[in-house]
Amino acid sequence: MTGNLLEIRDLHKRYGDVEVLKGVDCTMAQGDVISIIGSSGSGKTTMLRCINMLEEFQGGSIRIDGEDIGYETVGGTRRRKKEKEIARQRAMTGMAFQQFNLFPHMSAAENVMLGLVKVKKMNRDEARGVAEKWLDRVGLAERRDRFPGQLSGGQQQRVAIARAIAMNPKLMLFDEVTSALDPELVNEVLQVIKDLARDGMSMLLVTHEMRFAYEVSSRVIFMNQGRIGEEGNPREMFLKPQTERLAEFLKTSTFN
Amino acid sequence: MELVAFLETLWLARIPILKGIGVTVSISLLAILVGTVLGIGVGLALTYGKGPVRWLVRGYTDFIRGTPVLVLVLASYYVLGTVGIDLGPFQAGVLALAVFCSSHVGEIVRGALQSIPKGQTEAAKAIGLTFPQTFAYVLGPQALRQVLPAWVNTAAEMVKASTLLSIIGVAELLLRTQELISRTFMSLEFYLFAGFLYFVINYGIERFGKYVERKTSIPS
Repeated sequence: MTGNLLEIRDLHKRYGDVEVLKGVDCTMAQGDVISIIGSSGSGKTTMLRCINMLEEFQGGSIRIDGEDIGYETVGGTRRRKKEKEIARQRAMTGMAFQQFNLFPHMSAAENVMLGLVKVKKMNRDEARGVAEKWLDRVGLAERRDRFPGQLSGGQQQRVAIARAIAMNPKLMLFDEVTSALDPELVNEVLQVIKDLARDGMSMLLVTHEMRFAYEVSSRVIFMNQGRIGEEGNPREMFLKPQTERLAEFLKTSTFN
Repeated sequence: MELVAFLETLWLARIPILKGIGVTVSISLLAILVGTVLGIGVGLALTYGKGPVRWLVRGYTDFIRGTPVLVLVLASYYVLGTVGIDLGPFQAGVLALAVFCSSHVGEIVRGALQSIPKGQTEAAKAIGLTFPQTFAYVLGPQALRQVLPAWVNTAAEMVKASTLLSIIGVAELLLRTQELISRTFMSLEFYLFAGFLYFVINYGIERFGKYVERKTSIPS
């Protein structure tokens, strides 16, 4: 038992002939907040999506709490786990998306409750209590009966984060959660994530907000052409980049 | 007075007309019901079916949609008998309309399911829902709302198509009307009256659809 929350070993991912992840290794301990940065097409979002099997991967392994995610090797052949098993494993992580992906036909509270009732098998009253607690935590207690179409982008994203976090995941995945937001709505979402970090939530964030990555992360990973180009603590990474590529990337990104 | 004469004749013919309405409504309801159930299966196969299943169902819908309903009705009544499936005119007619309905509903369902953004499925997966759960709570309810207007349209089409069953001798509203006309020679009056009845049935369907649409609309 290594005690690592997440262990990624030699992760390979191809779309047809194009190899987008060329052997990624990454470990993460309980309570770590890791930001993944890099230019578009570097594989950072793909890596995140492999962790909850929204993407299949062809080589390597991903383990959460010592449990192999998505694939098992039986008698020397690697095969995909059963759908039910994968569904259970997906619930070990929570994910927030760039486009929020709230269910438009459900109120904010119902969005949060769906997984609690159907996956966690809570009764509706219990689920409502949990949903209200988390909507309150993201500052939307009084909007719980609103539908996604009645909320601003920032509010929708906060509901989406509440929906993921209410499932009590071991690890939260954030996939460019502020990229689709108007600039003035970015901060309310980042504040929610900062609060979660302070509470000790383990998080993996793909982000373009360099200042935020710098402030919130315990470690930063720079992805470059399907590999980890450089990683370290944010101070060293942002102030003294070791590789040409990272220095280049930081020059072209805004740090404000 | 012609109007009085018409109303007198209408009163005398009320029983056959009511029976005709009853048959038309039964045909339509059965065809819509069976066609919708089949059509949902068709739509699911078109959207999620793998390889051969999808090709087979694709072939079925394309073939049916490319065939005139009248041809389906005649084939169902005359051709099925030659291969040992002996159906009465009512059964054969309903079968033909249901099959026709299923291909249309199938396309409508497929269109609705495919128009739901992929992010919906991903978000459902991310909270640990299995595919059946995702379909039941996330995709289905959204598709249903999208399907509704087109489905109402198809239902109204089925009512109109039910008149074709008069050709194979099903005593629905149109055939009853024609029988009346051949006895009374009041063709204009009775055709107008039949047209009015079809309008009332379809108007009812449309109002019902609007009602359901209003009831299920998503606040925004």
